[in-house]
Amino acid sequence: MNLLSVSNLHVNFHIKKHELAALIDVSFTLNRGERIAIVGESGAGKSVLGFSIVNLISKPGYIHSGSIKLENKDISKMNLRQLQEIRGKRIAMIFQDPMMTLNPVLTIGDQLVETIRSHTRIAYKDAKNIAIQKLQHVQISSPETRFNQYPHELSGGMRQRVIIASVLLLNPDIIIADEPTTALDVTIQAEILQLLLSICEDNGVALVLISHDLGVVSKVAERTLVMYAGRIVEEGPTLEIINDPQHPYTQGLLNALPQMALPGQRLNQIQGSMPSLSERPSGCAFHPRCPYATEKCQQEQPSFINSGVSSVACFIVEDMLNEFADEEEAYL
Amino acid sequence: MLIFLLRRFIQACFVMVIISVISFAIQDKLGDPVQQMVGMTVSVEERQQLREQLGLNDSFLTQYWRFTKNALQGDLGTSFYYKKPVLEVIFQKVPATLELAFCAIVLVVLIATPFGVLAAIKPKHAISRIVMIVTSIGLSVPIFIVAILMMYLFSIEWNLAPSFGRGETTQVLGFWESGLFNKDGLNHLLLPSLSLAFALMPIFTRLIRAEMMEVLQSEYIRFAWSKGLSSNRIYFIHALKNTMLPIITIGGIQAGTLVAYTILTETIFQWPGMGFLFMDAVSRVDTPLISAYLIVVGGMFVITNTVVDLIYGLVNPTVRLASHGL
Amino acid sequence: MKYTRKDLMHPLSDSRFSHMWSGFIGDKLAILALIIFAFYCLVALLAPLLTPYDVNDVNFMDLMNAEIAPSWITQDYHFLLGTDAQGRDLLTVILYGTRLSLTIGICAVLIQATLGICIGLVAGYLGGRIDNFLMRCADIQLSFSNMMVAIIFLAIVQSLFGLAVYQQLAMVILILVIGLSEWPLFARTIRASVLAEKQQEYVDAARVMGFGSKRIMFRHILPNTLSPILVIFTIQIANAIIAEAALSFLGLGMPSTEPSLGALISEGFSYMFSGSWWICVIPSVTLIILILAMNLLGDWLRDHLNPKVYKD
Repeated sequence: MNLLSVSNLHVNFHIKKHELAALIDVSFTLNRGERIAIVGESGAGKSVLGFSIVNLISKPGYIHSGSIKLENKDISKMNLRQLQEIRGKRIAMIFQDPMMTLNPVLTIGDQLVETIRSHTRIAYKDAKNIAIQKLQHVQISSPETRFNQYPHELSGGMRQRVIIASVLLLNPDIIIADEPTTALDVTIQAEILQLLLSICEDNGVALVLISHDLGVVSKVAERTLVMYAGRIVEEGPTLEIINDPQHPYTQGLLNALPQMALPGQRLNQIQGSMPSLSERPSGCAFHPRCPYATEKCQQEQPSFINSGVSSVACFIVEDMLNEFADEEEAYL
Repeated sequence: MLIFLLRRFIQACFVMVIISVISFAIQDKLGDPVQQMVGMTVSVEERQQLREQLGLNDSFLTQYWRFTKNALQGDLGTSFYYKKPVLEVIFQKVPATLELAFCAIVLVVLIATPFGVLAAIKPKHAISRIVMIVTSIGLSVPIFIVAILMMYLFSIEWNLAPSFGRGETTQVLGFWESGLFNKDGLNHLLLPSLSLAFALMPIFTRLIRAEMMEVLQSEYIRFAWSKGLSSNRIYFIHALKNTMLPIITIGGIQAGTLVAYTILTETIFQWPGMGFLFMDAVSRVDTPLISAYLIVVGGMFVITNTVVDLIYGLVNPTVRLASHGL
Repeated sequence: MKYTRKDLMHPLSDSRFSHMWSGFIGDKLAILALIIFAFYCLVALLAPLLTPYDVNDVNFMDLMNAEIAPSWITQDYHFLLGTDAQGRDLLTVILYGTRLSLTIGICAVLIQATLGICIGLVAGYLGGRIDNFLMRCADIQLSFSNMMVAIIFLAIVQSLFGLAVYQQLAMVILILVIGLSEWPLFARTIRASVLAEKQQEYVDAARVMGFGSKRIMFRHILPNTLSPILVIFTIQIANAIIAEAALSFLGLGMPSTEPSLGALISEGFSYMFSGSWWICVIPSVTLIILILAMNLLGDWLRDHLNPKVYKD
C-alpha cells in the first residue's frame, strides 16, 4: 500500500471575494522510503503542494477538494489535534531559508527538545540526549555547545543542519524539503544535499524534494513530478525524464540549465513568464509560452497519457504518439 | 556590555546637563531670593549688598557652576512655600507616584497582553472585535475624561471606592510610606491606577496585536506548526517572546507619556504625589521646587530608559549590548 | 542603461487615489467619520454666525444665568444646552471651543509637519553624520513625550511671564509648544521613506540628468512620501486636540474665561458632583466624537494607503 496518496487535490486562494486556483487536480503517490521531486518555476504551486500535505497552507489558501491520505487517514479532513500528532512525528518539513526558520529568541536546544516533548512523554534529560545524538548525526561539531546557543550564533549551513536534525528527532516516515539548499552557498549546497540523501537512505525515510533546480533533483530523487501553473504536467522516473523530456515545458526547463549551454552561448530561457493565479490561460496553461502550441492547446486541457518514458499531459506528445502508432500500424 | 554602559552614561550626562541648565535658568530668571528672604522695609543698598553676598551678581557661568556643585551635593535649594530643602519635599512624595505608576503598569500588562494576543490569534472572534472597538474608542477618550467618568461612576454613583487622597499608609523599610499594605491604601489606589491604566491600555493592546500578527506570519512560526507543537506553546512561547521585543522599546518611549499622565491623574484624584506637588508649585510660583522636579524627573527618565534598554538586551539574544546602545 | 519615461516619473499615479476613492465609498464607517469631521470643521468655521450670542459681549457672561440645565429639562429654549457656571450659553462656548481646538490642532500639526518633513528630508537625503545627529535628537525628543514637554514648558512660561500676560498669548504658545514637540514622528517616517526612495531608479535618473539634489528631493521624493504624511497628519491632529484639552484642563492652556473645551470640562468637573453634569458631559462628548472621527479617518487611511508609518 502507498504511504501517501494525494488524489484530485484542488487548493484555492480566497482573495477579496475571488476564488483563485493554486492547485488543480493534483494526484500522486509516495511509497515507503521513496524519494520524489517536485519541479517547476517559482509560482508553479510546488510549495503550496508541499504545505498542503501537512495542511499548513498560509491563510487565504485552503483545500477545496480532493484527499491527502497518509496510509488510510485523510489529512485534509483532520482537526488541529490530529494534525499536530502527525506533523513532526510522521511528516516533517524542512523550509527554504534556514536563516528565517529557527526562532531567534529560543536556543537550539529548546527548539529541539520541545519537538520531542510535544509528541512523547519523556524526561527533559532523555530528550536532550536524543537531541544531541541527532546533532551529531548531522555532523555538527561540539553539539553540547551548540545545544545552548542561539540561532544567530550559527552559520546558514549549520542552521540547515540543525533543522535537518530537528526533523529527524522523531524518525518520521516522510520528510518534505522545500528548496532546502536554495538559500545556501553553492559549496554547502552539495554537502546538505548529500546529508539529506544519506539520511533518507539510512533510515528508510520517504522524501518529497521541492526544487526549481533539475540538477539538484537528479542527484537525489528517484521519481520527478513537473508542475506548471498549479498542475502536474509530467511525471516519471528522474533519469528518464532528464534524458528524454516529453513535455515542452520540461524540455524548456532542462534547456535552461547552465550545464546545457555551450560556453559563450546564451542560456536557453523559456520565453515569457509563469502566469499569475488570476491570469491563468485557457486550455493547457503553458500554451502562450509553448513553441509547438496549436489551436487545440488553447481550448482544451490535455489529459495524462503514457508516453513510454513518463506520464505526460500534452497534446503534441499525444499527437506524436498517435502518429507513431498509425505508422506502426501501417507498417504492419 | 561595558561600552554600552559607558555610552549610556555619557548620553545620560548630556541629557542631565541640558535639564540642569534649564532648571537653573528657571531658578535664576524666576525667583528673586532676596525678595523672598527679606521684607519690604529693607533698603536698596542693603539688598544690593545681600545680592553681592549671595553671589547673584556673578556671571551666569559662575552661578551655574555653583548651582551644579550644590546639586551634586544634593542641595537644590529651599522651597519658598514649604521652607524646607526641595529634595526632601519631593522625596516625600516619590513613593506615592511610584506606587501609582507601578500599579498602573502592572494593570496594563495584565490586561493588554491577553486581549492583544487574543485579538491577534483569533481576529474574527467576538471578543477580538469588541477589543478592537473598545480600544479605538479608548484611544479617542482623553485620560482626564476617563478619570472623571471613573470617579463619577465608582465613587459618586456606586460608592465603591474613595475618590481622592491616598488613605492610610504604612511605613516599609523605614523610609517608604506605602499604601500597598493596608486595605484603605489599596482602596484609594484603585481608581487612580485604573484610570492611568485605561489611558495607556488601548495603545498597548493594539501594539501587541499588530506585532503579534506580524510575528505569526513569520517562517519560524510556520516551522513551529510543522513540528506539531501545541497551539499554546506556539502562541505563548514562540510568538509572544518575539512580540515583546518591540513592545519593550515602545514601553520605554511611553515612559514620558506616563509621567505626563501621572500629573493629570494626580491632579484629578488629588493624589499626594510628585505631579500634584508640581502643579501646586506651578500655581504658587515655587521656582526651586519646579526646577528640582525637573531634575528629579529627568533623572528617573534616564534611569528608566537605560533599564528598558538593558531588559531589551536580556530578552533579545541577537542584540549585543555594545553595538546597540546609543 | 536606458531610462524610459515611466522610470523618470515618480510612481505616484492617479490610480492610487482612484483606488483609494473607490475603497472609501465602500466603507461606511470611513464616510461617517469624514462627514463628522467635515461637520465639525463647518460648525467651527461658522461659529459666529450660528449662535445668537456674542462671546465678546460683556453680557455674555451673566452669573444670573449660571448653571441652567439643558433645554430638554427646563423647557427654556434660550439656552439649548444650558449654561455653564459663569452663565455662558453652553452651546456657544462649545462651538467656539471646537473652533479653537481645531485651529490649535491644525496649526500645531502644520508646524510639526513642516519641521519634521524638512528635518526628515535633510537627514534621509544627506545621511552620514548629519543624519546620525538629527536622529539622536529625534530619539531624545521622542522619549520626552509631547505632553510632558508641553506641561513643563507651559508651567515655566506661565510662571515666567505671570498669568495675565500668559493668558493673552495662550493660544500662540499652545500652538508653538504642541507644534515643536512632536516633529520626530514626521521626521522619522519621512526619513525612512526617503531612504527607501533613494534606491529607486527615478532618483538616479534625475541625478544622471544633472538635476540638483534639492530639486530631486522636493520634486520627486516629496510626492511619494505623501501617503504616510497624510496618515500621521490626521492622527496627529487628534493628538494635538487631546493635548490642548488636557493642558487647558490642567489650567496650563487656555484660561477658563476663554471658550475652550478642555477648560470647560475642567470647570464642569468641579460642578459635576453638585448636579450640574451637563457642563462637564456635553463638552466631553463633543471632544470624544471629534477625536474618534479623526482617529477612524487616520486608521482608514493607514489601512488603505498602507504606508509604513514608522512604528516607534
